[in-house]
Amino acid sequence: MKVLVPVKRVVDKDIKIRVKADSSGVELANVKMSMNPFDEIAVEEAIRLKEAGKATEIIAVSIGPQQAAETIRTALAMGADRGILVKSEAGVEPLAVAKILKAIVEAEQPGLVILGKQAIDDDSNQTGQMLAALLGWPQGTFASKVAIDGSDIVVTREIDGGLQTVRLKGPAIVTTDLRLNEPRYASLPNIMKAKKKPIDEKTPDAYGVDIKPRLEVLKTVEPPTRKSGVKVASVAELVGKLKSEAGVL
Amino acid sequence: MPTLLVAEHDNKALKDATHKAITAAKGLGGEIHVLVAGSSCRPVAEAAAKLDGVAKVLLAEAAAYEHMLAEPMAALIVSLAGPYDAIVAPATTAGKNYLPRVAALLDVMQVSDIVKVVAPDTFERLIYAGNAVQVVRSRDAKKVLTVRTAAFQAAGEGGSAAIETVAAPADPAISSFVGEELSKSDRPELTSAKVIISGGRAMQSRENFAKYIEPVADRLGAAVGASRAAVDAGYAPNDWQVGQTGKVVAPQLYIAVGISGAIQHLAGMKDSKVIVAINKDEEAPIFQVADYGLVADLFQALPEFEQELGKLGR
Repeated sequence: MKVLVPVKRVVDKDIKIRVKADSSGVELANVKMSMNPFDEIAVEEAIRLKEAGKATEIIAVSIGPQQAAETIRTALAMGADRGILVKSEAGVEPLAVAKILKAIVEAEQPGLVILGKQAIDDDSNQTGQMLAALLGWPQGTFASKVAIDGSDIVVTREIDGGLQTVRLKGPAIVTTDLRLNEPRYASLPNIMKAKKKPIDEKTPDAYGVDIKPRLEVLKTVEPPTRKSGVKVASVAELVGKLKSEAGVL
Repeated sequence: MPTLLVAEHDNKALKDATHKAITAAKGLGGEIHVLVAGSSCRPVAEAAAKLDGVAKVLLAEAAAYEHMLAEPMAALIVSLAGPYDAIVAPATTAGKNYLPRVAALLDVMQVSDIVKVVAPDTFERLIYAGNAVQVVRSRDAKKVLTVRTAAFQAAGEGGSAAIETVAAPADPAISSFVGEELSKSDRPELTSAKVIISGGRAMQSRENFAKYIEPVADRLGAAVGASRAAVDAGYAPNDWQVGQTGKVVAPQLYIAVGISGAIQHLAGMKDSKVIVAINKDEEAPIFQVADYGLVADLFQALPEFEQELGKLGR
């Protein structure tokens, strides 16, 4: 079974982003970029399936600018076998990403697509579900455990209030939650080896997908800030203020 | 210009997330129809019919909807979507699961996790874990929206809508429910609690959550939360996590204990009305958002806090 893993190049999770002064977006120039953390978990899960003999080949796909090839290279260094870069300088919304991925799935025929549950830049949490819909496949979102059982995929999902387990008829879509696994670091020999692994370059046009945005971003602004309050000296003072001043006790 | 709003419930009771999503839906200006999809869930439909602002309740009962699996839910919602200008669901784990599936089937780009309705086609949403606010206008004919419930007040009662039964389309039958493990607790749910007390990595163990946090929670009738660091360290279960990738909450009172205040965590609680921080490190960023800060050792402060509350008769 082939496994397809889409990976997104995003601002590194440890960078504090800045909103541009003219409200036109978030400053991305000279900012450290990395693979979306949820996608690292997806790559790791695919590698573990391969190591367990359940997957035969792992294809990492990224849709983005030329530099997204570096993100694919990271996946290859972790253990993916080959890459596909769909080049677009303009941002691509989840719906259009799902349409491009659908075309890739139809060409590559994977038995499983593992995606991060959301990208930490736009926080949309849509692409996996949309891809499942377009393919008519079942979806196991927010996964904390994935097991292959014959042609079925059994997914334990993090839901409000606890965990839910579902059985999906493969082929299927899985999206990863934080605690599915702990992604590995690529070793130096594997980073060297990854340089020789192939990356195919494509364009959205090649897949016949219109990437014109459906959402118009009118502006991007700073969130309202909360002003810091007062320090209290003791628990008794705290309780007193909560009761008489804040009125919440 | 009617709006279809998908109710959140557990087949017995309507969840508060629905009440809040209704308030968001009111901003769209159209008549609101609430879809209650589940198994033997007429009492839920009856509760939804009483909510202020609801014009009609659609009741779809079938075994396939009992656990709100995305595949049958999306098939149902798409079968009903025709006359609606907007389809809305609360951004719970259920809504986040089925609604993008609906959007793709309708060829609509969903607007996720809205925090404000600016106009019927224009919405505010948070990006980068709440570090920026984006104002977006949807060019799609139909709007598909999930609502960050913490950003909206709950709609009250006062309606008396008619309940109409709708036919269930065939289950795609590509997914099935195996089981669930729901945490059992007499405490309120995090997302609807009026008071929340959360612990961070400084709690040091799961036992300390039970020994220090829970007695205070009992006094306050509070829900218990945790930071991602505490969850990752195994001190608290996954579903206690408050933050951008966990639950987003906005209670009347939020008490952060031994939580440094990572951006990720702040994104999940900074809309709380009153924030209290108890932390040993006076430089901790959590103090920058706290209304009341106490620099103290939590293992001394929490038992004292519990005693003081006891004196108040709590």
